[in-house]
Amino acid sequence: MRSAKRAAAAALLTVSALAVAGCAAGGGSGSGGDAASCEPAGEDVTLTFTSWIPGIEDAVAMWNEENPDIQVEVQTGPSGNAGTYQNFFNQLEAGNAPDLGQIEYDALPNFRVQDGLVDLGACEDVLAAEDQFLDWTWGQVTLGTEDEVYGIPQDQGPMALFYRSDLFEQNGIPVPTTWEEYREAAVQIRELGGYITNFSDSDINQFAGFVWQAGGQWFENDGDAWTVNLTGEESTTVADYWQDLIENDLVSTYPAWTDEWNNAYNSGEVWTWNSAVWGANSILSGAPDTSGNWSVALAPQWNAGDEKAGNWGGSSIAVFNGTDHLYEAAKFALWLNTSEEALTSLNETAQIYPATTAGLELPVLQEGVEFYGGQPIYDVFAQAATQVDPNFTWGPTMTQTYGDVSDGFKAAAQGNGTLLEALEEGQAATVSTLEAQSIPVAE
Amino acid sequence: MTAVNPAASRRRRGGQDPVSRGPREGVIPRTAAFLVMGVFTLYFLTPIWWLLIASTKDRDDLFSTNPLWFADFRFFENVGALVAYRDGVYLRWLLNSLLYAGVGAVVATLLASMCGYALAKYRFPGRETLFNVVLGGVLVPATALALPLFLLFSQVQLTNTFWAVFLPSIVSPFGVYLSRVFAEASVPDELLEASRLDGAGEIRTFFTVSIRLMFPALVTVFLFQFVSIWNNFFLPLIMLRSEELFPVTYGLYAWNSTINQFPELRTFVLVGSLLSIVPLIITFLLLQRYWRTGLGTGALK
Repeated sequence: MRSAKRAAAAALLTVSALAVAGCAAGGGSGSGGDAASCEPAGEDVTLTFTSWIPGIEDAVAMWNEENPDIQVEVQTGPSGNAGTYQNFFNQLEAGNAPDLGQIEYDALPNFRVQDGLVDLGACEDVLAAEDQFLDWTWGQVTLGTEDEVYGIPQDQGPMALFYRSDLFEQNGIPVPTTWEEYREAAVQIRELGGYITNFSDSDINQFAGFVWQAGGQWFENDGDAWTVNLTGEESTTVADYWQDLIENDLVSTYPAWTDEWNNAYNSGEVWTWNSAVWGANSILSGAPDTSGNWSVALAPQWNAGDEKAGNWGGSSIAVFNGTDHLYEAAKFALWLNTSEEALTSLNETAQIYPATTAGLELPVLQEGVEFYGGQPIYDVFAQAATQVDPNFTWGPTMTQTYGDVSDGFKAAAQGNGTLLEALEEGQAATVSTLEAQSIPVAE
Repeated sequence: MTAVNPAASRRRRGGQDPVSRGPREGVIPRTAAFLVMGVFTLYFLTPIWWLLIASTKDRDDLFSTNPLWFADFRFFENVGALVAYRDGVYLRWLLNSLLYAGVGAVVATLLASMCGYALAKYRFPGRETLFNVVLGGVLVPATALALPLFLLFSQVQLTNTFWAVFLPSIVSPFGVYLSRVFAEASVPDELLEASRLDGAGEIRTFFTVSIRLMFPALVTVFLFQFVSIWNNFFLPLIMLRSEELFPVTYGLYAWNSTINQFPELRTFVLVGSLLSIVPLIITFLLLQRYWRTGLGTGALK
């Protein structure tokens, strides 16, 4: 299966190269979408909506029942980076994109610069909905502009610390609240034969979450040009910190989501995971023998007493250029991501963690979770969600950036080069990719 | 494919070494050959063994028990859960695959055989050019054609339909090539002459006489095409959006791509992968006799 995946990835690369060539030839300017008007169609409308969340049909079925004049048809495919984003670009190129699509926050700027998205700011309802969302999730869809909205936030991944409360307790190690304490605990745990955590070379998103928490900014856009800063002060601090843990064999370096990785958690070799809210499900599934032994705490801080959290993941529902039904599409996207019935359904079928303030209060998110010793863990994530820096921006070529940085991280995990060097290479590669796509770069 | 070679067993009766051809080869090279074969067999079979074992386990046992040996046997529960998941969408995918690959391969074989036969048995201007163009088609990977096909099908609004996957699948340049070679070798011109003298038209001759002589080649073409349509995943990835049209490979890929977020899909992907190779194995076993003779005949001519 893994080789099939690799073949698929290679195939995707081929086609994305073709598609990029196609886009360049098409000469997308990257500035200013159509100033579409947000008027009701006045007739029955059928919208197409692409999402890869299993079970999203249930929520859509509710909508269809209540809105006979605006019917929504669900289309599906693999997760974004596994093919659906490339399909979106192909469809935009061919002029048959769906009306709505699921796009993760880190991919949104890419669609924006390729002129793939409609500005929802033309719809009054959308602008009025801003208050319902957490500041930072709204910031993810406005992309740093005023009154321009390129998607409705759907879910989020505030980060916290999953830890084996039983092991910490038995060995008299205090649960770390700062990154300094975290390192001290790592040393003690290593003496006991375990690892405090696993540093996965493939999860650049996790690392980005650490940088986000530390207050770093990888990208900025002043409306004209992009500033790329993968090697700023905060990124360097985070990179040096983890580099130190890797070099001193204080963390394991299994590739994430593999059997070895699951096994390391299941067998108690690895004690903590700094992960997003959806990680609760991954541990439950990957380390079933440890049921009841896990707890969740707020992430370790860089300065004692700080209250900062990073974010890992989350997505929005965007409306694609070429739609004839902006009004209806926006209406549906708002309903899907703000109404209690839809959010409850999404949480039940796919553990979607909502991006709205009201969503965090859903009754289902207040209960204790058996796997986590009955702890109501979502309280912690709700708190973390309010501590995420609202200004973190993603670049327009994140797939490339992830790829380049991840190559360096893989080498660093095996002792060749450092994480910081990987970031430096990622910086250079990102700048040249932006320039190659005629996206203006500052400095 | 492990079937005993009849020629080898005949030699054994003569008291000769069953594997080695020269009289000088002794025990050591023989053992070495067996060792190499054994290692490779193991290398190819272990993943399938792992898949078989993994699909008999529930999620808890998957990571905590020996990956190459059984734990609690939950195979039927797993299959039941897979079939029940989302109203049996998996079965739908399996049927789709059978439809795309089965019907697609039959039509592709028919078209390829007619084309190859015409190229072999009729003289017309541009014949070699045509053949060379077809031969060039063998060299173009299907993957490279997927995006242009998508743009073409978008123009005529056929994306996300059954036809978007079916139509490209019935084209097999390699099949044309094989059919031509085989028709040249196995359909004698004299027989065609005789058939024409008896008053049969060209079409009737083809369907009643020639196609029978070409049968082993056709089975080979069918098999190749069946397998390549069954495994073709890139075209569906680009063309299809509606779950009810997915072939099983693409459906499983889509599930597999979201395992990080939705770990409960892992068991379904495993059991689904195992079940999805069963039709391939059945097809191979059923047609083995034909395609082995087919390849053999081709090699001798």
